[in-house]
Amino acid sequence: MKRFTLSAAEGRGLVISALLFAAAALVPLIADGYPLQIGISIVMYTALATSWLLFSGPTNYIALSTAAFFGIGMYTAAGGIDLVPYPVLIAAAGIAGAALAAVVGLATLRVSGVYFVIFSLGLAELVRQVMTWLQHVLGTMSGLYVTIERSEPMYYWQLLLLAAVIFLVGWRIGRSRLGFALRIIGNDELVAVHCGINTARAKVVLFIISSTFASIAGALVAPRWGYVEPVVAFSPFVSFQVVIMALLGGTHRLWGPLLGVIPFVLVWELIAVYFPNQTTLLLGVCFLLIVYVIPNGLIGLVEDAMNRRRKHAAGPAAALPIDISANASAQPAVTADKK
Amino acid sequence: MDIVIIGLLLGGTYALMAMGLQLQYGVARIMNLANGEILIAGAFSTFWFYSATKASPLLALFLVAPAAFVLNWAIYRILIYPLVRRAKSQGKLEVDSILATFGISFIAVGVLLAIFGGQYLDYSYLSRPIFIFGERYGLNRVVAFLAAAALCTALYLWLHKTRAGLALRAVSVNPSASGLVAINVAQTSALAFALGGAVTAVGGGLLSMFLTFDVSLGVVFTLKALVIVILGGVGDIRGTIVASFILGFAETAVATLIDPGLTLAAAYILFMIVLLVRPEGLFGRRTA
Amino acid sequence: MLSPAITEALTAAAVTKRFGGLVAVDNMSFKLAEREVLGLIGPNGSGKTTMMNLISGALKPTSGEISVYGEAVTGRGASNVARKGIARTFQLVRMLPTMTALENVAAGGVFGHARRWGKELDDYAHALLERVGLPNAASAPISALTYIDQKRVELARALASDPKILLLDEWLAGLNLTELKIGITLIERLRSEGCTIIIVEHVMHAIRSLCDRCIVMNSGAKIAEGTPAEVLADHGVIRAYLGDENA
Repeated sequence: MKRFTLSAAEGRGLVISALLFAAAALVPLIADGYPLQIGISIVMYTALATSWLLFSGPTNYIALSTAAFFGIGMYTAAGGIDLVPYPVLIAAAGIAGAALAAVVGLATLRVSGVYFVIFSLGLAELVRQVMTWLQHVLGTMSGLYVTIERSEPMYYWQLLLLAAVIFLVGWRIGRSRLGFALRIIGNDELVAVHCGINTARAKVVLFIISSTFASIAGALVAPRWGYVEPVVAFSPFVSFQVVIMALLGGTHRLWGPLLGVIPFVLVWELIAVYFPNQTTLLLGVCFLLIVYVIPNGLIGLVEDAMNRRRKHAAGPAAALPIDISANASAQPAVTADKK
Repeated sequence: MDIVIIGLLLGGTYALMAMGLQLQYGVARIMNLANGEILIAGAFSTFWFYSATKASPLLALFLVAPAAFVLNWAIYRILIYPLVRRAKSQGKLEVDSILATFGISFIAVGVLLAIFGGQYLDYSYLSRPIFIFGERYGLNRVVAFLAAAALCTALYLWLHKTRAGLALRAVSVNPSASGLVAINVAQTSALAFALGGAVTAVGGGLLSMFLTFDVSLGVVFTLKALVIVILGGVGDIRGTIVASFILGFAETAVATLIDPGLTLAAAYILFMIVLLVRPEGLFGRRTA
Repeated sequence: MLSPAITEALTAAAVTKRFGGLVAVDNMSFKLAEREVLGLIGPNGSGKTTMMNLISGALKPTSGEISVYGEAVTGRGASNVARKGIARTFQLVRMLPTMTALENVAAGGVFGHARRWGKELDDYAHALLERVGLPNAASAPISALTYIDQKRVELARALASDPKILLLDEWLAGLNLTELKIGITLIERLRSEGCTIIIVEHVMHAIRSLCDRCIVMNSGAKIAEGTPAEVLADHGVIRAYLGDENA
């Protein structure tokens, strides 16, 4: 809904979100060691999943390429760590991610969404191959040592700040013309085009924004384990887990991914402990569960339940089509044929 | 010169896996991201057969093909068909089938890991040299190519000369119109999906004769098959064959002239070119 | 012939569209004057909707030129054509299913020929909904609307862009008698307000009452042009619709 001023409900939402972030920021003060590590995972994946949602939510194009951008960010930071001050590195990582996203977006987002998904599938692997080859050509080793000292709480706060920025950007976009354009595109691309929307450009811009955030996230965690190598930086598991978490939570609300991240990270920790050799298999099972059982995510389940309660309370009359025309028409509702 | 020959030999063998995907995507309209895993399963099964019996891997294919057919039929009936029924549009079905087959691919990798472990599989069969134009090539590559060529020809003839093949081609052009002329679209799609899986698995078996495999390579093969199908044009077998050769050649050229670790880059370069120049592929039908 | 005082809103010059071997539109040339209501009629399959798609930019002509107020728009793509001031409704109504009626209407007024946002857009969309006879529909989800009401929303969406030319592609199709009366009244009102419209229709009495001029297509080519009365009495036209015996 277009709103020219902040409505009461929206204002409330903003205040609640701000409070939640403030509360989250207190976590490192009361937790450390293993719980803090989980907290870092949660915050990092929240950032990644929410930035994934910025593009894949409204367009319904499933981007499987998060790892490619995460890895590029990680590598940019790791590569330049001794040469350039850290803030510049973060910016560089963002630029590298944006550049790759621009190339990929311009090539794939002008044709059907399926091609984009396929392209994104192998993108991380492709970037990994190219990086390995470049390192080979330049005579350096594939792995990079990163020797910056940073405390665990620092990682937590940086990632939390990133997540907060992503939420803010997502919220702003949602209220903007770009957000409206993307919702229209996601509903019916032919109508979008006839409304004067340059659909390719809108999609590319949003894809760039989404991927840049993923790269920045990668840059922020680059120093965490002291050593960065392609197989880890570009691990496809990152891409797939991000998709699962976002789908699990629900892709129609900005805070949907958050709802998916928290349970998934916790469950995955358990899996890593009790079933370390079946992680791939279980990841597949998760995908299938989501597709077959919870296609609209946890938010979808909650909203369906609420709708059912509302209909039940309103009584049988609520099920009839609304008659809102000036001249009452006696025809029952006929859903128009879409596509 | 030998780049050309090796490229052609490779491409011809790739044609089988791409044909499999072509049947699944072009007819059954399922973007099967587990295609690479089916190929790997075919490769591993052939390897296992050869290790156990020491008989020609070509014989293994007679067991692999029906097994893959049955398995893929089951996958379609149990996992895919519910999605087809509940999808409200082709776009929604594509998204759902991508995610579902993606999930299946992980499960397949998990199962293969459990059975075969993380080892690389490699066996030598017919790795004697054969001389073509004065250069030596592995006999196994040539045999694989010939087998693939024979199978592709058989498949092509079946599609164009039999009633069942006609039904498949009709469904690939227009499923709803096919239904109107009394073609059982659901059955035909299931048949196409199962047949596609069988063809891919056989392709895997043939590739195993001269390539090294490990369980994680599925994605790479899926991508190559996808690029071939897209490059050739969805729904057209001739395109698939031509595109397979193009990819085989491009890949070999890159591997020989630049770096063997960049084979995926070769596929992606072709992908980009298709997307930018002719998105419907070489033989594809352009939607007006 | 148009007198020099009347502005040409749209010119189609030798427009042809081929799909492989099939010629869907064959050398169509015509002019549309400002504030004129032009009817495009013909039997099924004569190429009318293809012509509309060519004008709206959804399809690119194989040859020929289309210009809007003197500016060439051939092959520029639908979003560019929309920004030049052409708006349309679709043969099978296309709603934005996850949005409300108000948002559907507003969608037409943000990116195209008219660019509004914020309160201005909100007010304008409300006014348009009233104009098409749906004053209370703003927050209704699209799925709750009847077919005629969805068509009204689609019309409002087209009007939201302050179009210079409105394309109505069988907008009256699928309506019962009551709804037809409502629909025709709406278009009549638009016409009296001075809109430039091209109507593709099969409902002949609507064509007679609404159109200043008619063009008849058959097998992609123009076979008659004139006032509705002239055109509907033309032997060639009758033969095209009903076959030889009735001419």
